[in-house]
Amino acid sequence: MQPGLCIILWAFFYACCLACNHTGSAIIGADFKKVFNMTKEYDIELDGVSFGYTRQPVLSNVRLQVERGEFASIVGPNGGGKTTLLKLMLGLLQPDTGSVNVLGVSPEKARLRVGYMPQYSHLDPQFPVTVMDVVLMGRLRKGAMLMYSKKDREAAMACLEEVQLAELANNLYSELSGGQRQRVLIARALCCQPDLLLLDEPTSNVDPDMQQSLFDMLQKLNKRMTILLVSHDLGFVSQVVRSVICVSREVVVHPTSELDGTLIKEIYGGDCRLVRHDHRCSEEGHCHD
Amino acid sequence: MIEFLHALMNPDNAFLRLAFIVGTLASVPFGIMGTYVVTRRISYLAGAISHCVFGGIGMGLYLQNKVGLTWFDPMIGAVMAAIFAALIIGMVSLYAKQREDTVIGALWAVGMASGLLFVDITPGYFDLSSYLFGDILLISHQDVWMVAGLNVLVVSLSLFFYNRLLAVCFDEEFSALRGISVGAVYMLLLCLTALTVVLLVRVVGIVMVIALLTIPAAVASQFAKRLWQTMVLAVFFCVAFTWTGLGVSYNYSLSSGPTIIMIAGLTYLAVISFARLAGKRRG
Repeated sequence: MQPGLCIILWAFFYACCLACNHTGSAIIGADFKKVFNMTKEYDIELDGVSFGYTRQPVLSNVRLQVERGEFASIVGPNGGGKTTLLKLMLGLLQPDTGSVNVLGVSPEKARLRVGYMPQYSHLDPQFPVTVMDVVLMGRLRKGAMLMYSKKDREAAMACLEEVQLAELANNLYSELSGGQRQRVLIARALCCQPDLLLLDEPTSNVDPDMQQSLFDMLQKLNKRMTILLVSHDLGFVSQVVRSVICVSREVVVHPTSELDGTLIKEIYGGDCRLVRHDHRCSEEGHCHD
Repeated sequence: MIEFLHALMNPDNAFLRLAFIVGTLASVPFGIMGTYVVTRRISYLAGAISHCVFGGIGMGLYLQNKVGLTWFDPMIGAVMAAIFAALIIGMVSLYAKQREDTVIGALWAVGMASGLLFVDITPGYFDLSSYLFGDILLISHQDVWMVAGLNVLVVSLSLFFYNRLLAVCFDEEFSALRGISVGAVYMLLLCLTALTVVLLVRVVGIVMVIALLTIPAAVASQFAKRLWQTMVLAVFFCVAFTWTGLGVSYNYSLSSGPTIIMIAGLTYLAVISFARLAGKRRG
């Protein structure tokens, strides 16, 4: 994405705020504070990060800060680098340039304090494990450990209760529906007792009814941990999160704390659709359709 | 069956007893490692390792007969080649994800070819079919001890690392995030598989190794829910296959390796057909 388009985006965004008779200053002010108030604690800090699997960069010159206690979503097109961004934060990938800091240290050091839910489609659905087996993986740690202790099992059970799957603890993972598998993986991430929760596509394959309870659950969890999720579902995003991180090779952050739901949907829905599409804006800007 | 038991008791049939003991002992690592191989879907890697073993056997024959290292048993060569192949394959599958199958296919053939070339330059005649297709007459007292030793090693390591192996097989990425050195655990898995493959070569030969490694676990996975249950069942199936295979081959004067594989294969076919039919009826 060219810098020109970025500027047009921001201009459009600002204009939109003014046009809707909404004080843009609140947003700008929040952003201002974010840039200059260094006393704030950031759980995730990326500075000048570029990464490519081949020579073609997937992410270029990303600067991103996520505050402690934040509830943010990464949105963007397929292949735009959303999962790559998560993997950089987890230290599963090393940036070509720039630095990544998570919970104040390197991603490798922070790992044990981070809960991660991958896209369940990456896992072998035929694997012979029970739900409990999967959640207990969240209790793995270095050092000799022949068996999981009773304490481990209790902790795993508590996490399953949190995602309302306690009664399925002894069922086979392969027998579950997509949405249930996703909740099992969330429980596994919670079982790590994380300070930061990273979720890759938690809303895919979840029916609207379940989405609501997922949403309630995440909001409850947000009281004790920072949450960052990748989502395609802008409707969900606009209801739940406090800021939106748009990723399409480059990263643009929109703080949204002061805005009400419909407006967020309008602005960020429109905004992100703009980022998502490959179409070029005309010189005059962009109009809603 | 009774005839076979009598044959087992017969002091003249020491080779049969040895085959019986080795088959039974080796079933334990077969069942355990076979389960890992089946669930992690690396039977192709196990196949490549087994064919590389032939290179080691060829090298062993060469060193023993041409160079004059009489202590260098072909089986020592087999163990070395298996571990070496496991390490290379592990590196390839960890670091060169895209061309993994091609590289492994190449290694498969090169291992085999090197074995044949070693045999070519070794003076004397060797009955290669006994290595390729297994021959219970080859089993010696020394082999029983070797199998017992490897047995203890494989079983203790795979049980000690059970949780970690399970986690790495299920989700490598997540295991890495829990501070587990995934690469090391994966290498351990491959090395244990390699050692198991060497044991298998004794019983069914190089070409049919994959079948006896995977079929018991595949049959077991039709009945078992969890990984350890699959392992226990796979051990039982493996014992059953080798026993019936040995019995049938003795009674009808057939080669033991192919008989064992045939019985295992037919059982597998029956089980999946039955599961399929039962599933359809229920559905």
